[in-house]
Amino acid sequence: MTDELMDYDDALALYDPVLGLEVHVELNTNSKMFCGCSTEFGAEPNTQTCPVCLGLPGSLPVVNGKAVESAMRIGLALGCEIAEWCRFARKNYFYPDMTKDFQTSQYDEPIAFDGSVTIEVDGVPYEIPIERAHMEEDAGKLLHVGGATGRIQGAEYSLIDYNRAGVPLIEIVTKPVRGTGYNAPEVAKAYVSFLRDMLRSLGVSDVRMEQGSLRCDANVSLMPKGTHELGTRTETKNVNSLRSISEALRYEIRRQAAILASGGRIIQETRHWHEDGGYTSPGRNKEQAEDYRYFPEPDLVPIAPSREWVEQLRGTLPEMPSVRTKRLQEVWGFTDREFGDILAGSALDLVEATVEAGASPAGARKWWVTELARRANEAGLELSELAITPAQVAALQKLVDAGTINDKLARQVIDGVLAGEGEPDEVVRSRGLAVVSDSGALEAAVDRAIAADPDAAQKIRDGKVQAAGALIGAVMKEMRGQADAAAVRALVLHRLS
Amino acid sequence: MALTPDDVARLAGLARIDLSDAELAHLAPQLDVILESVARVTEVANADVPATSHALPLVNVFRQDVVTPSLPVESVLAMAPHAEDNRFAVPRILGEEA
Ligand SMILES: [Zn+2]
Repeated sequence: MTDELMDYDDALALYDPVLGLEVHVELNTNSKMFCGCSTEFGAEPNTQTCPVCLGLPGSLPVVNGKAVESAMRIGLALGCEIAEWCRFARKNYFYPDMTKDFQTSQYDEPIAFDGSVTIEVDGVPYEIPIERAHMEEDAGKLLHVGGATGRIQGAEYSLIDYNRAGVPLIEIVTKPVRGTGYNAPEVAKAYVSFLRDMLRSLGVSDVRMEQGSLRCDANVSLMPKGTHELGTRTETKNVNSLRSISEALRYEIRRQAAILASGGRIIQETRHWHEDGGYTSPGRNKEQAEDYRYFPEPDLVPIAPSREWVEQLRGTLPEMPSVRTKRLQEVWGFTDREFGDILAGSALDLVEATVEAGASPAGARKWWVTELARRANEAGLELSELAITPAQVAALQKLVDAGTINDKLARQVIDGVLAGEGEPDEVVRSRGLAVVSDSGALEAAVDRAIAADPDAAQKIRDGKVQAAGALIGAVMKEMRGQADAAAVRALVLHRLS
Repeated sequence: MALTPDDVARLAGLARIDLSDAELAHLAPQLDVILESVARVTEVANADVPATSHALPLVNVFRQDVVTPSLPVESVLAMAPHAEDNRFAVPRILGEEA
């Protein structure tokens, strides 16, 4: 890494960054975009290929209807128009990741266009204008052998697995995003995070960045402050985590600012993000501009979604995650901090289901965010993987609310449920955990405590109420914690009044 | 709009076809004839005749999202000039990054 970098704050004092984000999403259809090969991730290399996705002569592609439906739902969720008529196009290029020597994509007729979404960074809303969402197919996966780093430079040869070739892909492209200023890297990160949540709630993709089912190319250019003409942009690839998105953009902003401030020129190029070193380096060097010679795909007929179909799909859109979280926080009446704990702990679905099962929001939050989060953490499990259901947590909280058990006993009930001893009420019964409400037994225990500690008893008779603590403690101990401390206190004071 | 041998050389480069100077000079006027013929068709078509990319007026031909058997990996790799670890082996690509 030899790039000159300007301090980030200095760079932002001189320049306004303009973002452009291209996100590729692999759809989770069972079969590929144009053939019936499986899309299952992780299969043995080249076991999921056929004449169509290998581009053998004479093979004919047919569009996967489910993929088109997913593409339209994504477009609608992005607030896009859905094309009344559109075509696929061949994007011609020579690279061994595609046997056909072209990628079937869409060119000037995307299925969805002109949308916008609003995301938030530190409570400030930013509108991200969407240029288009179009359908295409993924390429095969190259493995470079022989190079020192495993990257292609210096590689002696490459090995290719075509299982991924032809997997349905949606490319979502923003228009230039201006006005994000200092927050630009965080806005980009928040946007991709928003897309991830949205795509997950649509159920159209696994959206796993680490498996490559959600990939982001981050474009950025700088405009000198006070000017309006877009600068030359660079496109950073290989940005494979949310954290990398903001880090790569921050790096590019600092690098470009240093070049511009010293009177240099930005080269329009593709750059590669190196996660380990935290820097970008120039990627594919082209002697001339790309010429993909797009033309309409003759083997696939146009797609003309009826307006009825579009409206029917619009009706299937789930509540968008950002809308849902806002609504739930309001309904449950949590502060930002209380609600933030739920989000940070990935407990939103669980708390919601627990509330739906009859628990108070505060009760549901308390168990999932504290006690159960701790146990999941200790066991190395996701919260949702714990062997306790929202319904059981709701039942537990109801037992507490009814005074059958206290919080301390409730933890033992959780032990029992997690150990597979049954429903909360069964655990209470089988472990004998209920708070003792038999007044005869309690009174007897109180009398024994008074008899055992005459000094404390005398002090209380003399009006020193704080001395009751010792007697209450003795009673609770005798009852093995299975008593309501407030009831014991009332009983002690009554006996000695 | 006569095509020059340079134009043809660029097209040949894009298509990864190796042509000699003599071939470029020979092909340029031939391609010209094709382009002129197509241009004549364009003249005949009025503005109310839409461009046609498909011979049949079909739209929305879809398959069900159902997995069908793939080819056996042995027959797939039998088509590869070289294979290793069940993968196609190809020469390294110079000056490019994946
Ligand atoms: Zn296939």
